[in-house]
Amino acid sequence: MPSTTTAAGPAETRSETWSARAKDVGFWAEWAALVGLVALIVIFGALNPTFLSAGNIESMLVAAAILIILSVGQTFVIATAGIDLSVASTMTLGAVAFGQVYARGGGLWASCLAAVAAGTVVGIANGLLVARAKITDFIVTLGTLSAAAGLALILSDGKPVTVIDAGLLKLSTGGIGVLGWTFLIAAVVAVAAHVTLFRTRFGTHVLATGGSPEAATATGISTARVKIAVYVISGVLAGFAAILLVGRIGAAEPAANTSFLLNSVAAVVLGGVSLFGGRATIIGPVLGALLLTALVNGLTLLGVSQFYQPLSVGIVVVLAAFLTRFQR
Amino acid sequence: MTTSSPAQDLLLEVTDVSLAFGSVQALKDVSLTLRRGEVTALVGDNGAGKSTLVRCISGIHHPDAGTIAFDGAELELSSPEDAREAGIETVHQNLALVEDLTVWQNLFLNRELVRKVGPLAFLDRGAMQRQAKEMVSTLAVNVPAVQSRVRRLSGGQRQAVAICRAAGFSSKLVIMDEPTAALGVQETAKVEELILRLRDEGHAVLLISHNFEQVMRLSNQVWVMRAGRCVGGRRTDQTTGQEIVSLITGALAA
Repeated sequence: MPSTTTAAGPAETRSETWSARAKDVGFWAEWAALVGLVALIVIFGALNPTFLSAGNIESMLVAAAILIILSVGQTFVIATAGIDLSVASTMTLGAVAFGQVYARGGGLWASCLAAVAAGTVVGIANGLLVARAKITDFIVTLGTLSAAAGLALILSDGKPVTVIDAGLLKLSTGGIGVLGWTFLIAAVVAVAAHVTLFRTRFGTHVLATGGSPEAATATGISTARVKIAVYVISGVLAGFAAILLVGRIGAAEPAANTSFLLNSVAAVVLGGVSLFGGRATIIGPVLGALLLTALVNGLTLLGVSQFYQPLSVGIVVVLAAFLTRFQR
Repeated sequence: MTTSSPAQDLLLEVTDVSLAFGSVQALKDVSLTLRRGEVTALVGDNGAGKSTLVRCISGIHHPDAGTIAFDGAELELSSPEDAREAGIETVHQNLALVEDLTVWQNLFLNRELVRKVGPLAFLDRGAMQRQAKEMVSTLAVNVPAVQSRVRRLSGGQRQAVAICRAAGFSSKLVIMDEPTAALGVQETAKVEELILRLRDEGHAVLLISHNFEQVMRLSNQVWVMRAGRCVGGRRTDQTTGQEIVSLITGALAA
C-alpha cells in the first residue's frame, strides 16, 4: 500500500527524534563543533570575565575570519573525498603576490587581484593533477604545498614587504559593532558556500562525487570536472584569505603558516564533515574554526603558555575525529 | 504504427559489435535485437560478455567495431549521458545510488530541476520532492519518505528507487543488470512485479539474470551469450530452460 507508507514515513521519524536524539552518540558526533564551542564559552567565560567582553569577542571573530575562509575551501575538497594540503602555502603565495604587486606601485585592487590569481593558479594545478593526471590528492597537494611555499620565497627573495594602506587598514580594523569587516567577509563567503553546496546542481554533484564516484559517473556527472572545480574553489578562497592576512599583519611575508593548514583540516573534521567524502555542511566547519580560535584565545587569556596551544588543538581534533566514528 | 510486423517493433538492433580490452576479446561480432513492449533476457555464464555488451549499449564502453541502432537511428554514444538522452536507462548491479543523498536527490541526480534567478540557477527542491513522491508512490515496494537518505533503505527499497529512476524521465529502454541477485524472496517478487509493470507501461526491458526460472517467467525473448559471442536467441514460449542451459554451456550448438 504505497499511499500509507509515504504518509507514515515522516511521522515515524518525527516521533523517534527527540527522545532518541539525546541518547544517540551520532547526534553528538554531528554537532561536536557546536557542543564544544558552547562548552568552551561557558568554561572560559566562568574562568575569565574578559573572555566574553565585547572587545575580546570582536578580536576572536576577526582572528577566526582567515581560518573560516580556508576551512570553507577545504570543506569543498574534502566533500569530494579529497584533501588540500596546500591551502596555507597557497595563501602565503597569494600574500607574496599581493606584496610584490603592491611594492611595484600596483595599488590595492591590482594587489588583491594578484593574490586571488595566484591562489587560482595553484588551485587549477591541483585540480588538473588530481583529476586529469590521476595522482593521489595527498601527494599532489603535498607537492604544491612545497612548490607554492618555494615560489613565495623566490618571488619575495625571502623578504617581507610592508604594506601600509589606508583602505586595507580600515578593512582589518573597522566593522559593524563587534562584527569586524573581515569576519563579515568570512560570513558572506560561508553563506555563499552554503548556498552553492545545497542549493545548486554543482553542490549536489560535489556530494555525489564524494559519496559515490561510480554512481556519479553512471548518471553522467563528470567527476573530473567537479574535482578540478573544488580545488579551484579552495585556491581562490586561499587567495581571498591572503588579502585578509596581509591586512592583519600589515605586511606580505613568505612565512610558512603551517598552523593554518592543520587548523583548516581540524575545523572541517570538527565540523562533522566526513573525510571519506559525500557528507558535508558549511556551518559545521565554520563552528569548528570558531572553536579552535576560541580555544587558543581562551588559553592565552588564562595565561597558559603558548607552548600548550598546539597540544590542546591536537587533543581536540583527535577527540573530534574519534566522535565522527559514531556518525550515522 | 498500427501494424505489428516484427521489423517495425524493433527498438534496439545490435549488429556485429566487437570489443577488446588489450589482448582479451570481450565481445566478438555480437548481434541481437530487442522489441518494444517486451522483456528481453540476456543470459550466459560469468565472463560471457553480458555486462560488457550492456556497458556498450549504455554508453560506458565504446565498441571497436559494429553498430548499435536505437529507435531507427544509429547510436554514437560517447558517454552514459548520451545514452540517457537517447532514452536508454540502466539499473546497474551496484545500483548507482549515492547513499548519503536522499531518495529524491538520487532520483534527480544530474537531472536536477532548477529555478533561474537572473544568471544564477538554484535547485527547485520543492518541485523535485513533489515529483519524487509521485514517482515513488507508483511503486509496489514500500519506500519510506523521499526525504530519507538511501543509506537507511533496505536492499529491495534501493532496487525500487534505482528502477524508479530508470523508469522515469520518459525512457524507452530500461536495462537491468541482475536486479534481484541480492534480494530476498518477497523483495524479488515485488521487483519482478515492477519489471512487468514497466513492460505494460510500454518500456522495453533488457534483463540480465542468472535465474532461469525468472527468465522463463518474465521474458518474451532470450538471447544467450558464451565466451564473448551471442550464440543464439529463442522466443521464450518456444523454448525450455533445458535448451537455454545447453546453449549456455555449449552442449547445444545454435
